[in-house]
Amino acid sequence: MTFLSRSLKLSNLFFATLLVALLSVAGLGQSASADEVGTDQPYAITGNVKLDGEPLSGVRIFVKGGSYEAETVTGADGRWFIGIPDTNPYTVTLDETTLPEGIAVVEGGASDEVQIGKSDRVVKNFFIGEGVRNSSGGVEQFFTRLIYGINFGLMLGLAAVGLSLVFGTTGLSNFAHAEMVTFGALMAFLFGVVLPLPIWVAIPLAVIVSGASGWLLDSGLWRPLRRRGLGLVQLMIVSIGLSLTVRYVFQFFVGGGTLQLPGFDAPKIPIFGTLALSVIDMASMGISLAVILGFAWWLMGTKTGKATRAISDNPDLAAASGIDVEKVIRTVWIVAAGLAGLAGVLWAYFRPGIKWDMGAQILLLIFAAVTLGGLGTAFGALVGAIVVGILVETSSMIIPSDLKYVGALVVLVAILLFRPQGLLGRKQRIG
Amino acid sequence: MNWEAIINNTAAGLLTPTTLAFALAALGLAMHFGFAGLLNFGIAGYMAIGAYGYAIAVLTFGLPWWAGMLVGMVGSVLFSLLLGIPTLRLRGDYLAIVTIAAAEILRLLFLTTAFEDITGSADGLFGYNSRPDGSGFANSNPFPPGDYGFGPWTYNAETIWVILFGLIVLAVCTFLLWALMRSPWGRVIKGIREDEDAIRALGKNVFNYKMQALIIGGLFGSLGGMVLAAYSNVSPGVYVTSLTFFVWTALLLGGAATIFGPVVGSIIFWVMQAFLTNILPELANAGILPVSSQQASTLRFVLVGIGLMLLVIYRPQGIFGDKRELTFVK
Repeated sequence: MTFLSRSLKLSNLFFATLLVALLSVAGLGQSASADEVGTDQPYAITGNVKLDGEPLSGVRIFVKGGSYEAETVTGADGRWFIGIPDTNPYTVTLDETTLPEGIAVVEGGASDEVQIGKSDRVVKNFFIGEGVRNSSGGVEQFFTRLIYGINFGLMLGLAAVGLSLVFGTTGLSNFAHAEMVTFGALMAFLFGVVLPLPIWVAIPLAVIVSGASGWLLDSGLWRPLRRRGLGLVQLMIVSIGLSLTVRYVFQFFVGGGTLQLPGFDAPKIPIFGTLALSVIDMASMGISLAVILGFAWWLMGTKTGKATRAISDNPDLAAASGIDVEKVIRTVWIVAAGLAGLAGVLWAYFRPGIKWDMGAQILLLIFAAVTLGGLGTAFGALVGAIVVGILVETSSMIIPSDLKYVGALVVLVAILLFRPQGLLGRKQRIG
Repeated sequence: MNWEAIINNTAAGLLTPTTLAFALAALGLAMHFGFAGLLNFGIAGYMAIGAYGYAIAVLTFGLPWWAGMLVGMVGSVLFSLLLGIPTLRLRGDYLAIVTIAAAEILRLLFLTTAFEDITGSADGLFGYNSRPDGSGFANSNPFPPGDYGFGPWTYNAETIWVILFGLIVLAVCTFLLWALMRSPWGRVIKGIREDEDAIRALGKNVFNYKMQALIIGGLFGSLGGMVLAAYSNVSPGVYVTSLTFFVWTALLLGGAATIFGPVVGSIIFWVMQAFLTNILPELANAGILPVSSQQASTLRFVLVGIGLMLLVIYRPQGIFGDKRELTFVK
């Protein structure tokens, strides 16, 4: 009996830990913040921040390399410790804005590359003293952030136009759009790394399979549900259920870790001032632009595109004019899923890394983009996405970087307050 | 397969602080969605406000536990006002997106290192239940140390105190919801759910009624967060959007527009979770399911998602609901 009751008390404790542990895996961009992070990693970078022999506390240190990112703040003794997963080179950065006034890194720069040597630890100390911060000018910094923001925004735009088209033609706020983004990245991984095909074959293949998944989703789930006459709210909750299901199916197959596509660590080429872009970054922007232009031509120039816009405006009138609404909606799902899949591949390079919940991390940003531009308008979604992308990247110059998504979400709330129809939407849409 | 342990752990899921916290949050959602027709997808934010408000008031301002909980409730009222003023005039799905975004903003604010001194950042908050000056929740425990209950429902003194507290709060809230919904006020609320314009034509201020419903439901949600906080630590990783979706699943399971549906739905949700948590890894280890035990524990969230879809498609009114009460879901 005593054994039984003890095991049961354990089970009670288990419930709390269950909730904490299993809900925390779904977190968004969490960063640890003790003076020791990643103590469970096999290797570590450590250091000691001192000014004239006096330890400095509260100085922020970043470590970044490959898909791994960690940051910590020095303790009262000035020490810091960051665990790293492998022996690849890592960039260690000291955040000069957290140093006292008039103090800066005087030698070697505030950012340096560090690699694990023979032991499993490596020490990186910064030489700090009175001096002018070697940070680039505000304008230059802003320009760099702006380019990153446009890159991020174009990628968001690919996902946002699809979400907006689906909303425009069917009225569905599709929460599972995030999983369509992740799906594209996972398919690129399947074709480019598991099989492995050359990446220039793997990515188009991933986009095609994503498009096919959109067709499957529409004919297997959404069309039958529309036929059943489910309401929009019901459909929205179904999409939430689908999102949960698919997200955990991804986790089932790939686990909680991060996967990398080939070429993710391509070297950054300095272009102008602090701006450095890798070949992948430039290709990503080029591809986004080309695809978006192609999409615009499809929407404005082709018959299907015209039919899509007609249905967005007034489905009943469109049907009465002889447009095959179901056929157009099917096409919209294929296009939306294909674009989301491509966005997933580019997001995997931008982060970098593929994770089971990578789509869910940006779902609200995609919604923010769509709402900002005007729900149901394709080009509005694009404009909204670029604004959101630039806002997210540039806002981290002013607010802490772990709050950079907050700015975009506040804009989402504010736009609904002042202009609920969005930038390019028309007033009647909010009904 | 250890069937005795599986059955015992499953039965224990019937009454835990987590189940009670879920029931309270689902009750708040029933007020929002089931009775007032408001699509609130930010219930995790309300729970976070309750938990953080209580813990911060005790830790940072040194208030006794009951005052801390009042602070949490005031916080949830403020959150409702902040959220409701811009959004209650919007259509349903807009409200859903705004509430989900607001809850996420809150969580990021609790998580950021910028306010680490107050919020504890990623580590969360702890040590507020038991205070050295005897003003903490655990210090007011009337139960002397020892074991209470029987069979699968045996609890230590700390847990039984949280459970008793949670049960009292839940009973009061359930009674309040029942009393409100059979009052004239409740009839207006249900009328707004069915046809907002008709109620406006009767001369009622629809916005005010909606705001009152948002505040009351939000209070229930924040109390749920406090029960959770009274039992374990406050951790930002708990109050994610998935928590909102799980509470929704529990609510829809029991029936959105019912009084006891949210409570029963939460119990079913957590008994099922306890059962699956115990049986799936056992099946994997016994070689019946061809998966690793890690994958087996992922499976039960897949099942939550599938369950949510099937529920909404085939029985949107839930187990106890009346289909005529849910005609507003269009």
